[in-house]
This record gives sequence, C-alpha cells and structure tokens, in this order.
Amino acid sequence: MAELQTNEGGGKKKGGSKQKKISVHVDFTPMVDMNMLLITFFMLCTSLSTPQTMEINMPSNDKKVTEEDQQKVKESQAVTLLLAGGDSIFYYTGLPNYKDYTSLKLSSYKADGIRALLLKRNNDAVYKINELKQKKLQLKITQAQFTKQADEIKSGKNTPVVIIKATDNATYKNLIDALDEMQICNIGKYVIDTISAGDKFLLKNLQTRGELSRNVAN
Amino acid sequence: MSKIKVARKSTLIDMTAMSDVTVLLLTFFMLTSTFVQKAPVQVTTPGSVSEIKIPEHDILQILIDPKGKVFLSLDKQPDMIETLTSVGRDLGVDFTSAELQKFKLQQTFGVPIKSMKAFLAMSTEQQDKVLPELGIPTDSTDNQFKVWVRNARIANPELRIAIKADQSTPYKVIKRVMSSLQDLRENRYNLITSLKVQSDK
Repeated sequence: MAELQTNEGGGKKKGGSKQKKISVHVDFTPMVDMNMLLITFFMLCTSLSTPQTMEINMPSNDKKVTEEDQQKVKESQAVTLLLAGGDSIFYYTGLPNYKDYTSLKLSSYKADGIRALLLKRNNDAVYKINELKQKKLQLKITQAQFTKQADEIKSGKNTPVVIIKATDNATYKNLIDALDEMQICNIGKYVIDTISAGDKFLLKNLQTRGELSRNVAN
Repeated sequence: MSKIKVARKSTLIDMTAMSDVTVLLLTFFMLTSTFVQKAPVQVTTPGSVSEIKIPEHDILQILIDPKGKVFLSLDKQPDMIETLTSVGRDLGVDFTSAELQKFKLQQTFGVPIKSMKAFLAMSTEQQDKVLPELGIPTDSTDNQFKVWVRNARIANPELRIAIKADQSTPYKVIKRVMSSLQDLRENRYNLITSLKVQSDK
C-alpha cells in the first residue's frame, strides 16, 4: 500500500543538511475501486433525465357560465380533430356536415398528415414566429420579449382554433401527440372537448360510407 | 550458458490520475441525477417536443397505469399526514398516530380508504405486493380520488398537479381523471412526458 521510499545515498551535499529525501508514493488502487463502486451505484439507482412536462389549461366545468360569456368560434377558423382508436385521426373544418360523409377526412399523426394541414392554416403565425426565432438567435430580443411576442402572435385574430375530441378508444399517447402538434404548429387556441353524439355519428357515417345519412334522409 | 538477466521492474502503476477521473465522474453523477422513485407500476410516458421541466417541489403526481388504476404521490411528508387525516375525517375513518407515521413513509399511495387500515398494518414487502392491485376508486359513484385531491390542495395550496400516465392508457380513464379535476376547479395541470426530438418525417 502506501509506501515510503527512503532515498539514502547520493553522497554528501555541500551544506551538510543531512535531511533524508523522502518520496511519498500513495497507492490509489483501493481509492479507484471504491470510486468505481460508487459510480456504479449512482448509475443504477438514479435517473439522469428529469421528466418533461406539458402545461394545459382546461375549461371549467362550471355550468354557470352564460351563453354570452362563451366565445363563439368563427366557423371558418375552427378545425375539429377526432382521435379514434387504432392511432387514427379524423378532422373536419368549420361546422360538421352530417349529410355529406366526405366532410370528415382521415388524416395521420405523421408530418404530412395533420401537421401539414394545420401549418397551412396557420401560415401567418408560423411565418411570424420563425422570424421572431431568428431575431432571438441574433440576440436582438430577450427571452422574455420573445415569449411575450410569441404569445401575442399565437392568440392573434386570424389563427385557427382547434378542438380536440378523443373517443374512448383513443390512447393517452394519441392525446399527447395531438397536443404536440399544437405546439409544433404554433397554435395558441385549442381546447380538449368531450366527444358528442354528433361526432360519433360522423365517424360511423364515414365508416359506412354515408349509409347512416342516407337512412336518415329516407 | 549465460543466464538471461530479466530486469526486475516494479509493477506498480500510478493510480492517481485514474482516481482523479473517477472522482470527477462521481461528482458529475451526484450533481446531475435524481433518485428513482419507487413506483407500484411501471409506466412509459409518451414523448413530446415540449421542453418545460417539471418543478421539483410541491408536486401532486397522479400516476395512471394502463389498466386504469390511479395512484397519488406527494413529495412532502407533513402534507401527507395532513391529507390522510382530513381524507379520513371526510370518509369516516380515524387513523392513529402510529398509522399516520407509517403512511408518511409511503412514496406512492393508492388504496381505497376502506382497506387503508389493513394496508398500513402490513409489512413493506406485502404492501409492495398488493399495491399494484389496488388503486384509488375514481368511479362516479365512489369518487375517493376527488376527496384526496381536494384535501391535498387544502393541505398545501402551492401544490401543482401533474398527470403521469402510460402511453397505452385508454382515453376513457384519462377523461375520468380529467373531469374529476375539472369538477374540483383544478383547471391547470401538467402532463408528464418524455423528450422526443421533433421529426420531419
């Protein structure tokens, strides 16, 4: 282990101070062993990444909210996403058209699916946000300014409003994916709503290629 | 025959540098990592591009497993004691101080209030075994989950609610939890996700 090497010899030095030269060698091997054990312990028992989180605000369940307080969504700006089972996603724009089954369209969670649609509809805001990001990269504006201006752009007048409705067959992952798209497409106004009987009708109608609406018409 | 003289070399290697490296690594791990919490069920959170980190304190975590069992965890022990006392008062169960002391050591809890007394009397191994089968009832007829959340909020008004659910959990279960929270006017909460890199494909 730790060893002291006495170095005698070397002859006499001129001063005559006969101090022995001692070189100290400490063997660090056990120290390394112990450290390695500790590292292994920390690697196994701890997690490096703190989980990410997504903040959402839900509308209140309060029944007292009067009709006047409720904001009506402009028809031309509304996009309704229906999350169905088996990782499928459907959407319709504006008001649901119960007569025409083709008003409900099948889309996907991939980039060319729902994202392309939303990016197209949110073109202005996306363009402005990108400009803003560029400015931030060039350090023209601070982080606080960036968030404030980005919020303003996102809640601007002509941005689309997305209503997310999930069926009971959808999974939690589908919901998160849909919320994710909102963030990617810089959509500020979105809401998670419960699915209505009308939406279920639309889904069934599409599955049966308009049989239901024909039955109703007859 | 002349003997080949093998020079005797000392085999000592200087381990000082190695020791330096390991100590540095150790320090890095100690500073950056957090301890894994013991959870009754293993859940895989879905990935998202969101980059907000979850705050470290004052979290009420709602853990939902794929089968729809709901568990809660609080990070401060005094809050846990206070919550259990008031939940017991609301649902008509009295807990002794010994039971409260035992309860505060739980990392994740989720037991119907009727079986809470029996659960706390068990040994830790038994508790670990039965806990995944239990879970807090969230049905509309017997919504103990609401009582828990309401009392936890009273115990600590600073509390943030975070939902951690498995990615294959049916939306039906999530909806039940979310609407319970809405009934309590808890309209702001966090959804815990893991990091996903934005793909353009």
